[in-house]
Amino acid sequence: MKYYDKLIFELSRPGRKGYELPADKFETDGLKEIPADLLRSESLDLPEVSELDVVRHYTNLSNKNFGVDTGFYPLGSCTMKYNPKINEELCTLPEFTSLHPLQNPNSAQGALEVYYNLQRALSSLAGLEEFTLNPYAGAHGELTGLMVMRQYHKMRGDHKRTKVIVPDSAHGTNPASAMVAGLDVVVVKSRPNGSIDIEDLKPLLDDSIAGIMMTNPNTLGMFETEIVEIAKLVHEAGGLLYYDGANLNPLLGKVRPGDMGFDIMHINLHKTFSTPHGGGGPGSGPVGVAKHLVEYLPNPRVKKSEDGHFYVDFGKDSLGSVSTFFGNFGVMMRAYAYILTLGKENIRNVGPMATLNANYIKESLKDDYLLPIEGVCKHEFVFDGLKDKSTGVTTLNVAKRLLDYGFHAPTIYFPLLFHESMMIEPTETESLETLDEFIEVMHKVAKEARETPEEVINAPLTTLVRKLDETSAAKNPILNYKDLKNQA
Amino acid sequence: MSKILDDLRYAESHEWVRLEGDVATVGITDYAQHALGSIVYVDMPEVGDEVTAGEDFGAVESVKAASDLISPVSGEVIEINEALEDEPELVNADAFENWIMKVKVSDPAEVDALLDAAAYAKICEE
Repeated sequence: MKYYDKLIFELSRPGRKGYELPADKFETDGLKEIPADLLRSESLDLPEVSELDVVRHYTNLSNKNFGVDTGFYPLGSCTMKYNPKINEELCTLPEFTSLHPLQNPNSAQGALEVYYNLQRALSSLAGLEEFTLNPYAGAHGELTGLMVMRQYHKMRGDHKRTKVIVPDSAHGTNPASAMVAGLDVVVVKSRPNGSIDIEDLKPLLDDSIAGIMMTNPNTLGMFETEIVEIAKLVHEAGGLLYYDGANLNPLLGKVRPGDMGFDIMHINLHKTFSTPHGGGGPGSGPVGVAKHLVEYLPNPRVKKSEDGHFYVDFGKDSLGSVSTFFGNFGVMMRAYAYILTLGKENIRNVGPMATLNANYIKESLKDDYLLPIEGVCKHEFVFDGLKDKSTGVTTLNVAKRLLDYGFHAPTIYFPLLFHESMMIEPTETESLETLDEFIEVMHKVAKEARETPEEVINAPLTTLVRKLDETSAAKNPILNYKDLKNQA
Repeated sequence: MSKILDDLRYAESHEWVRLEGDVATVGITDYAQHALGSIVYVDMPEVGDEVTAGEDFGAVESVKAASDLISPVSGEVIEINEALEDEPELVNADAFENWIMKVKVSDPAEVDALLDAAAYAKICEE
């Protein structure tokens, strides 16, 4: 079954089924009540399969999956650290999974306590006053944070502030979130090392600026050493500072965004706090704010009374709701378990280990790969492709070749500051042996690029699906089974 | 090494311009198409749209990234290269042959302010 490649629809046989339902005691002719033009004229075309078909199909598919549980996953900017199994055990306790968000808070005190305590733990790690855990993901957190920013200016009657400054090296979600929040994006240039150019920033700071979005360390993995000066300039101009928490991992328990001068931030629990990335979700993007912004946080909020009772509160100056109920609670449980497992002392080792691992790979590979920025990086770094540019082997080719050797590819072609970006983030959870294996394979690929470049250019050679035609995939996507059948 | 044509004018944002009378033909440079990689979509303005020098008039999407197109001139769009709607990869094949839009310029002097081939070549080397 190594080369299993079926779709569940292809297994379907008319009349085959894996269930038996009792007779319908409540038989009605309800369909008569629905107007004829709203009824389906053809059957649903669901796959008809046996239980064994289903089990084999999904077990075989899952064996094809590549995840942190199966191998090294150096995907830059994504912090693919190991997700400890104790997190799963705790978040699947029936005392939590059987809760309903509409039940009386008095009967859900344990869940509210988890929400409240996680919120407090994040506040203390971030150096900010309070958090909301309601947003569903990182980009949703960005949007929520920018809505807080807008609400702040609005409540002060300052309606001129409609622009957000975003560095040209920013994560693509930053300008996208600003646009969704109804703000205009102004781009500030970065220096060759990816840090913000203060001289380019200064003339942009006027009374139309709502704030600036930054990540620190920046997208090249370098710490913004002038952050205190930048914060001062932005605050003097009446703007707020937003911290994109995507790169929080190296700073965890060591440096706090609140202390750097940031007013608002989001955290990706699925990055820094070891919860699953899943197939695009569920994630969680808690948003923290400084003291002067607390009242604008989204509703509902979880609070604790003096007698230790937890309750749900709705603030009148709040920007409104950003989620149904309280966000992805299962994800919060996992992150809370992670924080408690590590404890106050061990959590301070996360950043230094992640930083050491990244620098170890960077220094070991810079003889074969082009390192555009020398110096100590934080949790990740960027190569600008192979050092030897004469081989014709691109970053995409190297990434595909890594699949042949059993590693996930790094993030490629981001950031856009270089043509052949290859962004590597090992995280703190990998052993020296794994890092050495990866380094050895990267050297091997560089050697192949020099000696047998066509082998790398045609990679991957050992995977079920070979090199994909990305241009056709983007131009003529086949998005469902019907399209596939029609094409065949 | 990317191709640069001597008889064109260039913007720092990697668009080229050929001015004939008061009509400017605009495209992206060979350097730009090479940096972008396989182009899958060209988002073009519509005929009749007003474009402004220094502001975006569309975007190019490749398998690597999406990039704004910055107009090197101001004026009214009088023609777009419809062939690119179905075959955006033509830009990869020949970026100078496969122009993107033609503009009736309101101020031909804007073209004089653009880079010449030698100055643009210098930028590409950096």
